[in-house]
Amino acid sequence: MVRGGVFVAALVALPLLGFEHWVLNLMIFTLMYAAMSSAWNLVGGFAGYPSLGHAAFFGLGAYFVGIWFQHHDVVTGYEPFVILPLAGLIAAVVGFPIAWVAMRTRADVFAIVTITLLFVAQTLAFNLDSLTGGAQGLAMPTPPFELARFEWPFYYAMLWLLLTSMALTYLSMRSKVGLSLDAIRADEDKALGVGVHVQGVKVLAFSVSVALVAMAGGVWAYYETFTYPQFAFDPIITIGMVLMCFLGGRGTLWGPVIGAFILVPGQQYLAYRLGGSQFYLIAYAGVFLLIMLLMPRGILPTIADRLRRRRAIASSSGPPPSSDVPPPSSGAGTNVPVPSGGAA
Amino acid sequence: MTGSVHALIQGVVLGILTGGVYALMASGQTLIFGIMKVVNLAQGALVVLAAYLSYTLFTSFGLDPLLTIPLTTVIMFGLGVVIQLVFLRPLKREDSAQLSLLVTFAVALLLEGFMSVVWKTTYRSTNTDYANSSWTLLGIQFTVVRVIAFVLSLIALGLLFLLLNRTKFGRAVRATVQNPMSAELLGVESKRVAALGFGLGAATAAAAGSVYGLLYPFNSGSHYDLISELLSIVVLGGLGSVGGAVIAALIVSTSSAVVATVFSPTWSSFTFFVILILVLVLRPQGLYGTVERGAL
Repeated sequence: MVRGGVFVAALVALPLLGFEHWVLNLMIFTLMYAAMSSAWNLVGGFAGYPSLGHAAFFGLGAYFVGIWFQHHDVVTGYEPFVILPLAGLIAAVVGFPIAWVAMRTRADVFAIVTITLLFVAQTLAFNLDSLTGGAQGLAMPTPPFELARFEWPFYYAMLWLLLTSMALTYLSMRSKVGLSLDAIRADEDKALGVGVHVQGVKVLAFSVSVALVAMAGGVWAYYETFTYPQFAFDPIITIGMVLMCFLGGRGTLWGPVIGAFILVPGQQYLAYRLGGSQFYLIAYAGVFLLIMLLMPRGILPTIADRLRRRRAIASSSGPPPSSDVPPPSSGAGTNVPVPSGGAA
Repeated sequence: MTGSVHALIQGVVLGILTGGVYALMASGQTLIFGIMKVVNLAQGALVVLAAYLSYTLFTSFGLDPLLTIPLTTVIMFGLGVVIQLVFLRPLKREDSAQLSLLVTFAVALLLEGFMSVVWKTTYRSTNTDYANSSWTLLGIQFTVVRVIAFVLSLIALGLLFLLLNRTKFGRAVRATVQNPMSAELLGVESKRVAALGFGLGAATAAAAGSVYGLLYPFNSGSHYDLISELLSIVVLGGLGSVGGAVIAALIVSTSSAVVATVFSPTWSSFTFFVILILVLVLRPQGLYGTVERGAL
């Protein structure tokens, strides 16, 4: 709790400290990826269904906001933020039936459907010229904010999305939903056998997750003021979410946040050093492979394990480690408590 | 012959001829799944890499892409084995299924990055002197390249069939697909089969890639389109079933071509996704897949 309070206070105060524009720009992307990675974590980390198509919903949100403001005017500059929940709702409505169909079988097929969805969405954005502007992209109205505080609204919008993602994660971890997701990841058939509403919980997690990602896409489109199919539906966006979640620790509250705070600045640095070109793709894929091979569980669970072992040695009969954050449940093979009744 | 019927027949012919190439790519993909239970997201990137290899052999040394297929096949087989040994074998955890999926995605991005550094991102195509010639039979056009591609794919699939059904290695592969544990108990070295099987999957990508370069202009990003079509084919055929993949490739390719010629190319790239969703609603295990294990 203290940790969370300090984190929130620091992030809320950050724009007030008079940093340069590039710092705030970097922070906006860091918060965006932290929010999206946390959202991905709900499905990919907790339920164990690796979605490779979250970027499809990022693009959906971006294009929804883009298309909306082809027909509406921006006066105060805050209208795009006001319609964000609508973008989230549409993503959930689109995502729900797809998840319902794709999650009936195994996780492999789910991954296949989601990655296919991403490329289909990109192709549609290219081809439906009259709606999306095709390869020409969509121009957004220029935000009428004063230059000194130009980044502030975007920064706080992304921060709000991150805190919402984290709050939802925290609440689900402390409720039956989190337990159900844990049970699904550990052994879906057994979870079903003991009365977890497997399908409902999975699809709910997916819908909430893609709604958050679509809202991030909406803010992004407004901030960039231009939306192109190849950038809004970029597989790199999906990979970013997954990678950050894996680096920090799947199925933990803080894992995706730590992952984003390490990788986004690292990514920007790489893009700066390597000219943002193809070498950057190689470096990114290389980092991903290294994490998967060397630390597949991520930073937080690895550290937690070390601490637990050290404490166990220090006091051989000592109590189990306690912490204000519920113990990370990402380690495969740990005993996951399975709720005995029917989950809501 | 009325216009629309003619377009329909032309679409079917085009679809079947193209379907052969897709069948070849997808058979490697489904084979890898059958053996290792890994959805290989790098299959599309391997195809594009093979296309670049034969493109370079053609433009730099003047070697015909059809003649260099044995060479690229050997190279890609080696690369496939290396990928399996370096990136997939070390994954031993219980959630290795999820991890290996993501690892193959990372390998695909690595290959994409490598290809765009070496060959840049402009579109390439292997323009042989027969690239644009075609025969016309009963008003239906048969492009020479597509006919050659179809015949070559049939030959490669035939060789694959012989390898799987007439050799000791093939028997070990089929045993592993049917029941890994029993296969191991009976003396099949599953690790070796996995490495060689991944190599074999990459080898089919090589043969298909040489032909792919003749048929379509491609760049390093082409593997994204390829992979989503391949995955739909593999799911329709039933994950792990080579025969299913071949039939599914013909179905998907023919329906895409018919939609493209009869309606519009815009929606043809949407066809396979609709097929994928329909399969999952109506018959989630695919045409020839089993719910529990793979069958060959």
